[in-house]
Amino acid sequence: MDIQFTEEQELLRSSVQRMLRDQYSFETRRKIVASEDGWSRRQWGAFAELGLLGAPFSEESGGLGGGPLSTMIVAQEFGRHLVVEPYVETVVLAGGLIEHAGSKEQKQAFIPDIIAGQKIWALAWTEKGSRFDLANVATTARREGDDYMLSGEKTAVIAAPWADYLIVSARTAGKRDDRGGVSLFVVDARAANLDLRSFKTIDGRRAAEITFRDVRGELLGSEGVALLEACRDRAIGALCAEAVGAMAELNSATLEYSKARKQFGVTIGSFQVLQHRMVDMFIAHQEALSLMQHLNLSLGAGESGISRLASGAKSKVGYAGKFIADQAVQLHGGMGMTDELNVGHYFKRISSINIQFGDPAHHLLRYVQLDAAA
Amino acid sequence: MELALSPEDAAFRDEVRAFIAENYPKEMRVPNPETDLTKEQSLLWHRILYKKGWIAPLWPKEYGGPGWSITRRFIFEQETSRAGTLPPLAFSVTMVGPVIYSFGNDAQKQKFLPRILSGEDWWCQGYSEPGSGSDLATVRTKAVRDGDHYIVNGHKTWTTLAQHADWIFCLVRTDPSAKPQAGISFLLIDMKSPGVSVRPIITIDGSHEVNDVFLEDVRVPVENLIGEENKGWTYAKFLLGNERTSMAGIGRSTRYLDRLKKIVKAEIPADDPAHLELSKEIGRIELDVLALEATELRVIAQMARGIDPGPAASLFKIRGTEIFQGITELTHRAIGNYGLALREQPLSANQFMPGPDYIHTASEKYLNARKLSIYGGSNEIQRNIIAKAVLGL
Repeated sequence: MDIQFTEEQELLRSSVQRMLRDQYSFETRRKIVASEDGWSRRQWGAFAELGLLGAPFSEESGGLGGGPLSTMIVAQEFGRHLVVEPYVETVVLAGGLIEHAGSKEQKQAFIPDIIAGQKIWALAWTEKGSRFDLANVATTARREGDDYMLSGEKTAVIAAPWADYLIVSARTAGKRDDRGGVSLFVVDARAANLDLRSFKTIDGRRAAEITFRDVRGELLGSEGVALLEACRDRAIGALCAEAVGAMAELNSATLEYSKARKQFGVTIGSFQVLQHRMVDMFIAHQEALSLMQHLNLSLGAGESGISRLASGAKSKVGYAGKFIADQAVQLHGGMGMTDELNVGHYFKRISSINIQFGDPAHHLLRYVQLDAAA
Repeated sequence: MELALSPEDAAFRDEVRAFIAENYPKEMRVPNPETDLTKEQSLLWHRILYKKGWIAPLWPKEYGGPGWSITRRFIFEQETSRAGTLPPLAFSVTMVGPVIYSFGNDAQKQKFLPRILSGEDWWCQGYSEPGSGSDLATVRTKAVRDGDHYIVNGHKTWTTLAQHADWIFCLVRTDPSAKPQAGISFLLIDMKSPGVSVRPIITIDGSHEVNDVFLEDVRVPVENLIGEENKGWTYAKFLLGNERTSMAGIGRSTRYLDRLKKIVKAEIPADDPAHLELSKEIGRIELDVLALEATELRVIAQMARGIDPGPAASLFKIRGTEIFQGITELTHRAIGNYGLALREQPLSANQFMPGPDYIHTASEKYLNARKLSIYGGSNEIQRNIIAKAVLGL
């Protein structure tokens, strides 16, 4: 598992780094979060221009063919800068689903607009009581001519208030939590009979509760294929990369602070108990980074049995992130509690990532159960 | 998880794998190879590797090493540990050997290196002393020059397998007036010299691995001094760097984890909540192993490209030992009441141990593994090293 990056990958990384350093300071982000929309269309356009939105797509689809490794590179840097724009939702989740499962017409209709930064997407799969179970779906889809009519409720759909399109999971067969009967539908976010109530998330983003009452949807791919499972694995690859980026920033901020902050006449970094804490934070980051890279390399190689590894990584990276975030706030003392300092915002981002697609405990259990099943 | 290997390296891996399968001595497959083998038995594999030319992967070719790349060294390490082979005595091959070929004179090289390779000489390490703990520079054992000899007086302790040793490499104080690190020399002492005596230290698992070594007016020829007088600390640090390599112990941890899973399956019904509770803890450790393995591969890949990994060895020592301790602890928990039983030492054929075979060494392993976070520079010392060298604190 040699992780020597190609020249193209290094170029991608350095160009994202440069752009975010120049255009996405913490103060800029604060303004974006506080703005009425809560995201920056201009910034999104700049991402598109730099080629970030097309990086993982195949060349056939008009992308750069970078796959999961380019997603990893971008997401890691986005994690360092706490980017709020819906990269994972639009490119990794929706873009990935369309590319992997969509018809030729659907790919042609949707992917170019994603790459060009014209359209925002969100994935609506969570429901009240579904918790982290992809198959636990009560929303129904009833066939009507070429289309389907969707009815039901989705909850905590991240980026839905910003989205032009939604991909919605709905039941076409079977009873609640029957894995085979869940299909995916493309729905216009402004469709008739769709009611969307927006709210703010802990990490400064927007999500929505959505009610569908006979809302028209277009089937993505074919009925009843368990597409969301592979989608979750890809999402985990990207979310872990984001988390690892955030951890790196927390560690360097904490280290820097410990070398400057004085108590009892000395810098707090001279206290052995804090030195050892920071060593453990360093190790936690190193291990999370390694496992995250291993997952993305495996995703890129299209290896089988990825799902168990994805759960393992989500769990391990999640616990590592939680440890680092907790300790970063703790070592910053009262300052770590303030909205002014970025540390608390990284804490909140990591907390948010830890919930998405299942928390560390959920994935640990899944990792164990998939082993027992093997 | 595998390194991405070139076809040549993949062929090498297959060769190593096949060689182990065909040649590893059956006599060495005992319940606890670290304690249950006689000196002669534990040298069987050493001699086979010596004949094959694979005994000293670290050594340069001119001194009898195989001339492997970093990648091949890693493959060899990985394959031998995955297969559960007992590694050749580290004190000889990994520790004193490199000190001798790096800092010794020609006569010393010619005298000692071939005997280390062949397994003729068994070495032990005379670093620790009563009261020195992790602070090695407090060496009090004195060596006073008397013509062509040093007269050595002192007390070494925690000396692993000194009961088998032909030679001991010692840190001795040759200049009592200098600063602690500055007055130390590196001396090779024949264990058969008059005045050397060994007393066993029995550890909490009941085994006899470590010893006190007493040195009373031992006459050591000056020709056994390595390098320069009072420069011993430099050589000692060099050696400690070697000691901490490959401490991640991935192969061993993976084997013990597999075994642990089988034990849990056999001991606890699947519908017992304890089964899930234990399985989750095993899952967490398994992920720790996976993450450490991925880290090790990342470091190996960097080293193969000529990038200095810095104090990565400290990270591997800390996490590798924490992980293995965790595994032995879970294994001991998994066997429930049988965890009360401890094999008697020294072993004899007619001793009774209750329960299935797989539990017989669980208690002693659990107890013995407590040492891992203490020896080789305690894990707290390793954290100090990372804090200083990586974090700049």
